[in-house]
Amino acid sequence: MRLEPKPAPSLTATLAYPVGALVVTFFIASLLVLAAGANPLSVFGLVLKGAAGSQFALVETLTRATPLIFTGLAVAVAFRARLWNIGAEAQLYAGAVMTVVLGTGALPLPAPILLPLIAISAALAGALMLLGPAILKTRFGVDEVVTTLLLNFVMILFVSMLLEGVLKDPMGLGWPKSQSLIAEARLPRIIGNRRLHYGFVLAIACAVAVWIIMKKTALGYEMRAVGHNAEAARFAGMKVNTILIKTALLSGGLAALAGFSEVAGLKGNLTLDLSPGFGYTGIVVAMLAMLNPLGVVIAAIFVAGIFVGADAMSRSAGVPSYIANVMVATALLTMVTAIMLTRFRVRWR
Amino acid sequence: MEAFDILLQSTFWVAAIRIASPLIFATMGELICERAGVLNLGIEGIMVAGAFSGWFTVYSGGDLWTGVLVAALTGAAFGLLHSTLTVPLGLSQHVVGIGVTLLATSLTYFTYRLALPEVTSPPKIEPFQPLPIRFLSDIPIIGPALFAQTPLTYLAYFTVAIVGWALYRTPLGLAVRAAGENPSAVEAQGISVAAIRMGAVMVGSALMAVGGAFLTMSAFNSFFFEMVNGRGWICIALVVFGSWRPGKALLGAILFAAFDAYQIRLQQISGGIVPYQVFLMLPYILSILALILVARRATYPKSLMIPYQKGER
Repeated sequence: MRLEPKPAPSLTATLAYPVGALVVTFFIASLLVLAAGANPLSVFGLVLKGAAGSQFALVETLTRATPLIFTGLAVAVAFRARLWNIGAEAQLYAGAVMTVVLGTGALPLPAPILLPLIAISAALAGALMLLGPAILKTRFGVDEVVTTLLLNFVMILFVSMLLEGVLKDPMGLGWPKSQSLIAEARLPRIIGNRRLHYGFVLAIACAVAVWIIMKKTALGYEMRAVGHNAEAARFAGMKVNTILIKTALLSGGLAALAGFSEVAGLKGNLTLDLSPGFGYTGIVVAMLAMLNPLGVVIAAIFVAGIFVGADAMSRSAGVPSYIANVMVATALLTMVTAIMLTRFRVRWR
Repeated sequence: MEAFDILLQSTFWVAAIRIASPLIFATMGELICERAGVLNLGIEGIMVAGAFSGWFTVYSGGDLWTGVLVAALTGAAFGLLHSTLTVPLGLSQHVVGIGVTLLATSLTYFTYRLALPEVTSPPKIEPFQPLPIRFLSDIPIIGPALFAQTPLTYLAYFTVAIVGWALYRTPLGLAVRAAGENPSAVEAQGISVAAIRMGAVMVGSALMAVGGAFLTMSAFNSFFFEMVNGRGWICIALVVFGSWRPGKALLGAILFAAFDAYQIRLQQISGGIVPYQVFLMLPYILSILALILVARRATYPKSLMIPYQKGER
């Protein structure tokens, strides 16, 4: 078989293949539901109801989508320049640690000054976290996939060390957690007492900002050029390594804001289970969005809906909630296939 | 002084080889994939799936070698999925690899929860027992370390020998290496690059899964979530460190495992002055340092991560 580029992908194909990808995903999930001895239609009904069936459900979904927008943007930015940042998990924790260091009373400032200060510091911490692997890549030619992956494990152990050491809450009763943030360091909630917080608004703002950077600035153009063909970009006089470093700083900073937003907006303190793999799920979100910053918002809400809905469903229907992880992973693989099929024609010969 | 004495204890070297065994399987698996030109980031998830499927086969009443076979077949199945997407369809090996890891891990956890809904502590199986080889295991220090292990460790040695022999001494091995260096030369010989690459990824993935199965069926006797714990990513570093050669990669795996076994013992005698997390970080940091060390002179297979299309020049 051969792949031939299509001169211009038709609108039908651009829509039909991604829809087909989702159909295949739900079909595979249905098989698992059947294996669990439940009825797929009623299970998916429960997932939908749990994700969007009430104001409570909808707010829960948006709350869960917030960190995924940040990590999805981080991955989208990096992958666009073909910088394979698989370390959003570590950068998220870097941001969370910075939030706790500055937000538990070390800086007695009013909220309008303190919150931006913490957010910027958190982003810087995450940027530095990715700067190491980026420099290793550009200076020494060390593959960033492996270094960023391994740093995820180093970082979680480092956080564990901090939580049992200098950041330990003296009142924590043995459970490793940090002290709680002071009131001035908390992101306010949006709707009354519902858990949705202004981290969501910040996430949307970041998505728009990243979209502007990617589409309207020289840096965005350079990042896309490097991602498309690094050799050609170099030939055209672009400083490829500098562009990759800038990309790394932006990507690491965005991922760290997920940590800031989760601690300052939702949890109020830092524990070892702050992120159930938001960094890795960010890769799925970015790919589902075809690396489009605005698409990331929609993809993050979709993925969050699956997780929140599956949690609610598993309590009542008895299908393990890990089905959400299976669906998200399947969606990633079917979607990248679908995107390829919109651009290429498969010839069997 | 105490820190040095550790190196002379045979129990230390026994532990080092035990820690090395799963890494040897998985490193050989990744090495085969990469020599054929395919980076397989599915390794971490495939090890999880292998660890579970092998253990579960034995838990459901199969014998140990059937468990190993089931693990290998599970790995090969994920290898088929990975290579179908990356070889004929030419999709990004990074994205597909991460996708396969996420899929294999989540499918495993789903199946575990489905099969054992209400278990508080993971059920145990009767794992492989050490099988000392007569005379050889009587050699001081290295005897027990190398020749008083479980049969699965002996299989790991054997795998390295077979992979080394097959890659460098057989026409098939030549085709695999050429597929990773200069695929059009393979096509010119009338051999299908796609078939070679897909076969390599399936065999390699089967080995990764057996590496995972070693954890549940030889090193320990039950399945835990997150028991693979980054070993797959470490194996990718070991392949680079071993400059894509089976012998060097074996040496790297043993060196790494010896260091790992050493830090565990050092941790015990350090008496809690240094936080235990520092010791647990060392294997990952060591892997990164090893990568930096060899990066300058690393000679990647020339067509690694480059999809090949028939008739392309």
